Amino acid sequence: MGNFAANEGLSIFVILVWLGINAFLFVHFYMAFLIDRYYYTRVILGHALSWARAPAACLNFNCMLILLPVCRNLLSFLRGSIQCCSRTAARQLDRNLTFHKLVAYMIAFHTAIHIIAHLFNFERFMDSQLMINSSYLPYVLSQIGNNDNRSYLNPIRTNETNPTIVMFTSIAGLTGVVITLALILIITSSMEVIRRSYFEVFWYTHHLFIVFFIGLVLHGVGRIVRGQTLESVKVHHPIECHSQFETWGQNGTNCPEPLFAGNAPMTWKWVVGPMFLYVCERLVRFYRSQQKVVITKVVMHPSKTLELQMKKKGFKMEVGQYVFIQCPSISQLEWHPFTLTSAPEEDHLSVHIRIVGDWTQALYKACGGDKTVVLDAWTLPKMAVDGPFGTASEDVFRYEVVMLVGAGIGVTPFASVLKSVWYKHVQENKNVFTKKIYFYWLCPETQAFEWFADLLQSLERQMTDKNMSDFLSYNIYLTRWKDAEAAHLRVQYEAEDDPITGLKQKTRYGKPNWDNEFSAIATQHPGSKVGVFLCGPTALATALGKQCHSHTESGAEFIFNKENF
Amino acid sequence: MGKIEWAMWANEQALAAGLIYATGGIVGVAGQFRGWQFAAFGIAAGVFVCLLEYPRSKRAKGTSVERTGQYCFTACVKAFGPLTRNYYIRAFLHAALCVPGGFMLATVLGSVCLAIASLIYLSAAIHGEHWEPILPRTEPPKRVGESIKEPPQNPPPRPPPELRRKKVDNLETAAYDNPMSVTSNE
Repeated sequence: MGNFAANEGLSIFVILVWLGINAFLFVHFYMAFLIDRYYYTRVILGHALSWARAPAACLNFNCMLILLPVCRNLLSFLRGSIQCCSRTAARQLDRNLTFHKLVAYMIAFHTAIHIIAHLFNFERFMDSQLMINSSYLPYVLSQIGNNDNRSYLNPIRTNETNPTIVMFTSIAGLTGVVITLALILIITSSMEVIRRSYFEVFWYTHHLFIVFFIGLVLHGVGRIVRGQTLESVKVHHPIECHSQFETWGQNGTNCPEPLFAGNAPMTWKWVVGPMFLYVCERLVRFYRSQQKVVITKVVMHPSKTLELQMKKKGFKMEVGQYVFIQCPSISQLEWHPFTLTSAPEEDHLSVHIRIVGDWTQALYKACGGDKTVVLDAWTLPKMAVDGPFGTASEDVFRYEVVMLVGAGIGVTPFASVLKSVWYKHVQENKNVFTKKIYFYWLCPETQAFEWFADLLQSLERQMTDKNMSDFLSYNIYLTRWKDAEAAHLRVQYEAEDDPITGLKQKTRYGKPNWDNEFSAIATQHPGSKVGVFLCGPTALATALGKQCHSHTESGAEFIFNKENF
Repeated sequence: MGKIEWAMWANEQALAAGLIYATGGIVGVAGQFRGWQFAAFGIAAGVFVCLLEYPRSKRAKGTSVERTGQYCFTACVKAFGPLTRNYYIRAFLHAALCVPGGFMLATVLGSVCLAIASLIYLSAAIHGEHWEPILPRTEPPKRVGESIKEPPQNPPPRPPPELRRKKVDNLETAAYDNPMSVTSNE
């Protein structure tokens, strides 16, 4: 369990601090409405007033937070600056989407409490207008301010209405309905089923957040939460005067009529900062997308993989980063993320794209994938690239021993890492902190090896030349195979090179036994921190995460990093 | 916007609407608000919508993800045949159910959400979608030994002995000694 603290400690701390702040705000604002200023408001509403204001404060806090984890460029910048101080803190920023979802759930939760409390509030305000009886304090309170329409307490000013009409005719009510609807539509279209199948619906509906934030800022403009004014409290003490309500303002009493006013809107103070940051983020994304990008090479690999090599002026990247690519001739609004497979030392940037959906299919056609003639460079479509954005693979060279696990197309960030390894060691001979890399590639079909096998072969050759064959240990696992292939492979067992990849290290069949692998690595590198990097499905992530937590032989520590789109 | 099955989103929206409708109804009845009868209707309608929408439909293209324990609901919904299969009927049903909710504040939100779900279902129906139950796959039982009914009567054809002598220097051809080709692409 020792690794658990190293892997999860900071996350748990952040979550606890966030929950703590929520709890504090809830209790603080609950109590803030139990003071004398709101005595008469509570006469009508009871504790429902506090039950509505407390989640409102939490909503302000969470709506402030929710925009921050999605400012990709800001996070990349922060990540770069923090990395020199603390690797763990930088890793926290990888979990931004998880945090965004947690905050969203909290917003939904507090919205529910807020609405239910306000249902009671509306009902009680309506009741106090309908119980027409001068000996009934709520009714008397509701009549205050009938002359000037400014110093009233009860926002429902007449008894010839009903709560539904009041809701639709007050600013707070109308904006409340609009933003709640926006929130519900955002949440239902963000369900995993919809998000994974129809990303566009999710993405476009999510932009209702603009409606949400505008409505949120306007929500308090009507000043519907009312309490006694400070001047009125000085001359009319609610505790002493409330029982004498039948004689307020008459000659000879100490209690003039109380006067009420609404609270100024507060939400804008909370959200204006993050809204500004988010606007800057979108502007940065737009500016970057306008920079000229030229496609220099298109390669069509088997297993429906398209490689695009591009050049963009002033583009700088680190290993394992990803970019967002847009092709205006296919769709003006769609940006899709792809991991970079080129190394920082190369003069171009390349991505390997699997052809699975509409957009990738259209890109394939636009780049001439289905034609056999060579296309001229000027016929290739114009592209826009936003990024690069950092993910976990950036940290690879900060560990002494590294385990890279890629499943299928998930091997792409590691292609970048291995290429960079080749450049660093072989060409530039820099002293690299990383001493040993264990590479695992799980693949369902042999054709997928083709483009990556070339890279591994050249690495293998270079390393043998430099007497460094121990540096990289790679294991390729073929998880599915046809019987006909199996027969051929059985015969070739004795051959020196692997029959599928042509590499010296043999392809294995089936899935790796992670227990054995982790134990072997732990015993080989006692006392060192081993970075485990995965790009693959969630099931594999859970399995590897468990292995990292449970293997602590010889004092080796496994730190788990997962990236996922 | 890509080929979307609108019914999937309509289903999520309707399920959420049902929950909100029922919750608003519970608040209205528990707080004994004016017009609590509408709230009581809201609870009934909300629960009914949840039961109707809980089982996900089978997707026309791609893998369908079931909700936990939805099989019993699938069986019930399937029993109504064309009434539940057709999305026009569902759109109309949701539109009708949401109207009484508009008369009371506590159920207004559920009512509007259900109306939106009804519109999305209408869109789904116009695009020709319909509800398909997700049934558990019945795998054909593996018949062990069905091919071993009759042993072969004759020995396999072999060439004369002099051609059968193995050549030791070429290991691959020695391992598989098939005079006739057994692979399909030779």
